[in-house]
Amino acid sequence: MIKIVKRDQPSKAIFFFTPVLAIFLTLIAGGIIFYILGFKPFEALKFFFIVPIADKYGFSELLLKATPLCLIAIGLSFCFKSNNWNIGAEGQLTFGAIVSGGVALLFYDQEGFYILPIVILAGAIGGMIYASIPAILKTYFNTNEILVSLMLVYVSKLILDYLVVGPWSNPEGFNFPETRQFSDSARLPLLFEGLRIHAGIFLALAAVVISWFVFYKTYLGFQMKVSGFSLKTAKYAGYKGKKMIILVFLISGACAGLAGVGEITGPIGQLHREVSPDYGFTAIIVAFLGRLHPVGIILASLVVAITYLGAETAQIFMQIPKYTGQVFQGMILFFLLASDYLLFFKFKFIGSKK
Amino acid sequence: MIVDINFVGLIIASIMASAVPLILASCGELITERSGVLNLGVEGMMIIGAISGFALMTVTGSLIIAVLGAMLAGVLISTIFAFLTQTLITNHVATGLALTIFGIGISAMIGKNFVGIPGKEFPVLFEGLKDTIPLLSPILFGHSIVFYFAFALPFITSYFLKKTKIGLIVRAVGDSPESASNQGINVRFVRYACILYGGAMCGLAGAYLSMIYTPQWIENMTGGRGWIALALVVFSTWNPIKILIGAMIFGGLTIIQFHMQAIGVRIPVQFLTALPYIVTIIVLVVISRDSRKIRLSTPSSLGKSFHKDN
Repeated sequence: MIKIVKRDQPSKAIFFFTPVLAIFLTLIAGGIIFYILGFKPFEALKFFFIVPIADKYGFSELLLKATPLCLIAIGLSFCFKSNNWNIGAEGQLTFGAIVSGGVALLFYDQEGFYILPIVILAGAIGGMIYASIPAILKTYFNTNEILVSLMLVYVSKLILDYLVVGPWSNPEGFNFPETRQFSDSARLPLLFEGLRIHAGIFLALAAVVISWFVFYKTYLGFQMKVSGFSLKTAKYAGYKGKKMIILVFLISGACAGLAGVGEITGPIGQLHREVSPDYGFTAIIVAFLGRLHPVGIILASLVVAITYLGAETAQIFMQIPKYTGQVFQGMILFFLLASDYLLFFKFKFIGSKK
Repeated sequence: MIVDINFVGLIIASIMASAVPLILASCGELITERSGVLNLGVEGMMIIGAISGFALMTVTGSLIIAVLGAMLAGVLISTIFAFLTQTLITNHVATGLALTIFGIGISAMIGKNFVGIPGKEFPVLFEGLKDTIPLLSPILFGHSIVFYFAFALPFITSYFLKKTKIGLIVRAVGDSPESASNQGINVRFVRYACILYGGAMCGLAGAYLSMIYTPQWIENMTGGRGWIALALVVFSTWNPIKILIGAMIFGGLTIIQFHMQAIGVRIPVQFLTALPYIVTIIVLVVISRDSRKIRLSTPSSLGKSFHKDN
């Protein structure tokens, strides 16, 4: 007989084990879905998870997709740790891209070492401005940040659409919905000849290091954790709750904005309609899968980035619909949340009494 | 300028039609939230309902099977949410987000074979009475049964919560799960039921979109309506009758957008499309500013897990 028993305290080992379990369960469930759809499960999974990253180009693409996911998820971990539900990173990314793209367009016919730093900074500021809206409304008007940050995603995409179709569209571009090409000085340099991976990856790595330092080595990180654990305790300890909320939103907005910079100043080099294939939403899953831990987030961003690549490969080689990627992402989060049950409860095998 | 009074009636009717999916989804979510559960998966459940309804209609040819099937699909997908949040005690917000991401992906996957297929005509009621009363006729007559159901639903929901015993139990579970549990109420069962009911209503809302409002399947066709429905619940301060008002305002914004374009108002179309989202934010700010009022009307245990220690 199996009995479910509550653990005295959450298990630390299981805390880091369940993400692995969740990925494993997702693969099994994915195989079953492929089978139902009429594909050979193992072959489909191979095309989904192994083929895309089997060569140098594939690996570069993996890093290219993991970079924004990691960057955004690091930012979100500040919010989630302190119990702020910023789910509008997609909007902050888009607005960051708009602001940095706008600045890059100002310099479109100029060269100079100073241009790129200004463009990057503009992206971070754009993301921060956009993230400050739900933060200020939450702190001063008691407004639900989940709904506000989400509504702003739609608004940001419409602003971008308006700009690239209208005032910012390339005057020599035959009415395509895109801007001029940025000058080379406004582009993040590519790291290797023939590959698309660009210097944006260093922004992500810097964010990882800084966040690790803040979380584990500063008083601020401690305050964040306490506020996330219990708002009452934080209040009792005299922490400035409102400032904290605004700060974590600004940090996560800046990270999302930087991810937006990477998307437009990297391989593409112009603003167009779709700056992000929902990186901002997927990064929420990355943040959870990585357990809001900087190193965990790096690993999680690589795993989740595969679902983007796998969806493309599987579509080309096996005509598997590309949305399977999203299905996998949803399932990973489901399984992760479900396996958290093991954190608090354990199964006990009891010999049947006679 | 002479305004044709029947034209005014037609505009009001079109506003009401665009309010229908919001009313259905919001009223469903309202019951879920009144039991203390915050399900952010509305958008995901709606899109699942939309594709299920459309697919079943195309495959079986039966509108009844399609509508009921869409509701069932909403129930099934919300069962995942119910199992995770109630049995495995997961975080409501994260689970709801997962449900939305999963729902959008699955619906696009199923919907791949249904893109570009024309929909069927959905029968309307009282069509013969369409020209009888000026102004009122287009508002009252010639709509689908789902339309009439949607406008009755807020009143039914209100009656259910205020006057019936089961409604009282739902409220008790949402406001104080501990005392409800001590009274011998099975909190987990009630919450399961409320989540599944919310799923059914979101499924119906989705089916209305893909079968009646714009009879075709388009990827991501819910376009954020699920999130607006969630905002409407806050707007209503958990009062079903106010959902009706809110949904009419948002329906109005959607319709105005078309008419402004039609009469050639020179505002960028993207701005008009963004209007409902911006207005949602403004409305949320106005409603939430009074934190005391919000606290009094929010179900006390909303979003908090309840676990009876074993």
